[in-house]
Amino acid sequence: MSEHSYKADFPVFEKYPGLVYLDNSATSQKPRQVIDAVVQYYREENANPLRGLYELAVKATDTYENARIAVRDFIGAASEHEIVFTRNASESLNLIAYSWGRANIREGDEILVTISEHHSNFLPWQVLAKEKGARLKFLKCTGTGEYTPDALKKALTPRTRLFCAAQISNVFGRLNPIKTFAEICHDNGTLIVCDGAQSVPHIPVNVRELGVDFLAFSGHKMLAPMGTGVLYGREELLENMPPFLYGGEMIEYVTLCGATFAELPHKFEAGTVNAGGAAGLHAAIDYISAIGFEEIEKRENALTAKLMNGMKDMPHVHVIGSDDPAEHHGIVTFTVDDVHPHDIAAILDESGIAVRAGHHCAQPLHKFLNLQSTVRASAAFYNDENDIDKFIECLETIRKRMGYNE
Amino acid sequence: MNNFYNEILTDHNMHPVHKHGLPCCSCSRDGVNPSCGDEITLNLLIENGVIEKGSFTGSGCAVSQASADIMLDLVIGKSTDEALKLHGLFMKMIRGEADEAELGELEEAGALADIAHMPARVKCAVLGWRTLNEMIS
Repeated sequence: MSEHSYKADFPVFEKYPGLVYLDNSATSQKPRQVIDAVVQYYREENANPLRGLYELAVKATDTYENARIAVRDFIGAASEHEIVFTRNASESLNLIAYSWGRANIREGDEILVTISEHHSNFLPWQVLAKEKGARLKFLKCTGTGEYTPDALKKALTPRTRLFCAAQISNVFGRLNPIKTFAEICHDNGTLIVCDGAQSVPHIPVNVRELGVDFLAFSGHKMLAPMGTGVLYGREELLENMPPFLYGGEMIEYVTLCGATFAELPHKFEAGTVNAGGAAGLHAAIDYISAIGFEEIEKRENALTAKLMNGMKDMPHVHVIGSDDPAEHHGIVTFTVDDVHPHDIAAILDESGIAVRAGHHCAQPLHKFLNLQSTVRASAAFYNDENDIDKFIECLETIRKRMGYNE
Repeated sequence: MNNFYNEILTDHNMHPVHKHGLPCCSCSRDGVNPSCGDEITLNLLIENGVIEKGSFTGSGCAVSQASADIMLDLVIGKSTDEALKLHGLFMKMIRGEADEAELGELEEAGALADIAHMPARVKCAVLGWRTLNEMIS
């Protein structure tokens, strides 16, 4: 791994020099460049975007709309009309369910979701299916979290209207062959919703290359401020969808008995928008692009390999998913025999190591794998080898700490 | 920094005294903490207002299991009124409001005082106590 330390860009490590932050799948830390962009927006560019007829409001609008163009280019969308700003991936997925789903799903239709989906790409469909009398079906994975094209083909029926899958599972860390899945779905007349929350921050994602109909992701997992999320939808689909939220600045013309709605994407962005957050998201995209995904992937793969190598020799530690670090994308979910995940996380915390413990918002998967809960360590490019050493050193002592003498 | 993974806690987790069935019990009740997935069943034999015997079964994190075991150490042989008072003290400790004398009354349960700083783990520590309170109040 190259010697360059990206940690110097992240002010949180000035405040907590000893912090070993391995909870990147939950949310990433923020570099100075992002924080500065948000500060600059509120110091020098703030007014209500899209409405005001004065210079400062034009500036705010430019900042906001330039962020949209940056997102468009970042994910290879055909037009900025296809980029809807939301609060996070959960809201993006809910938007699809409430808007497209309510207008298009009929009684007896089928919605297929993978068994490892995050609750945000599962609950909106469960609710929609109940409301419409549709069937929610699950695509099951192998023990290592693999979904095969054949299994998908078998699960699709003429009634399957929608297939929902994460590009990278937040538990297994495994990359799903979304491009192949999209082709299979489209051959069946089925739309595909891709949850990119764990992929967009870590690998190059191009919506047109993948051929997905919708892509949802969160800014806060990719160095940007909380409260910034994106929904990509093919223009033709978004065009025909009714608004999700009603209110200010999403209208064209309003009378006492009706309204016509604004053009894309503003018809989906009711109320005052998060322009400061969008400025931060824009800065995050610039920061990531300057480093480049080649470097990001190289570093994250090296860190994952080091992490899994260190765990390999611990007989009581069991990694969920593939044995191959290349299939984990920074996400290593594991259990330790006889020690509850919440106890593991609390003991790691005593050494300043931050990990996630629980079901990672994937209860159906944990039930399917017959696991009550697990611990997840998730690395990002700004972690370093020292972080992994400290984690491994502490993990080795956990059973002893809990009173087991081996 | 939390300091509740001390010897008292790990010992009660590894070698619980009261973790077994209780066929002669007069009442039992299930308690669940969905955040850690902790589950316990608390069994009590109450005669003339006194907790004569008590036990628990279940599974979960070390905090939940040890706390239930420590609780039974404290309340077996006491009247339900005394047990209720201890429940009140324990809750006070968890809120970080108990003074030194009150912590003393809680004996080994006082070892969990630092959990007050870990809101996510409070539910684990109080699972046994909450279940006890539901049974006797």
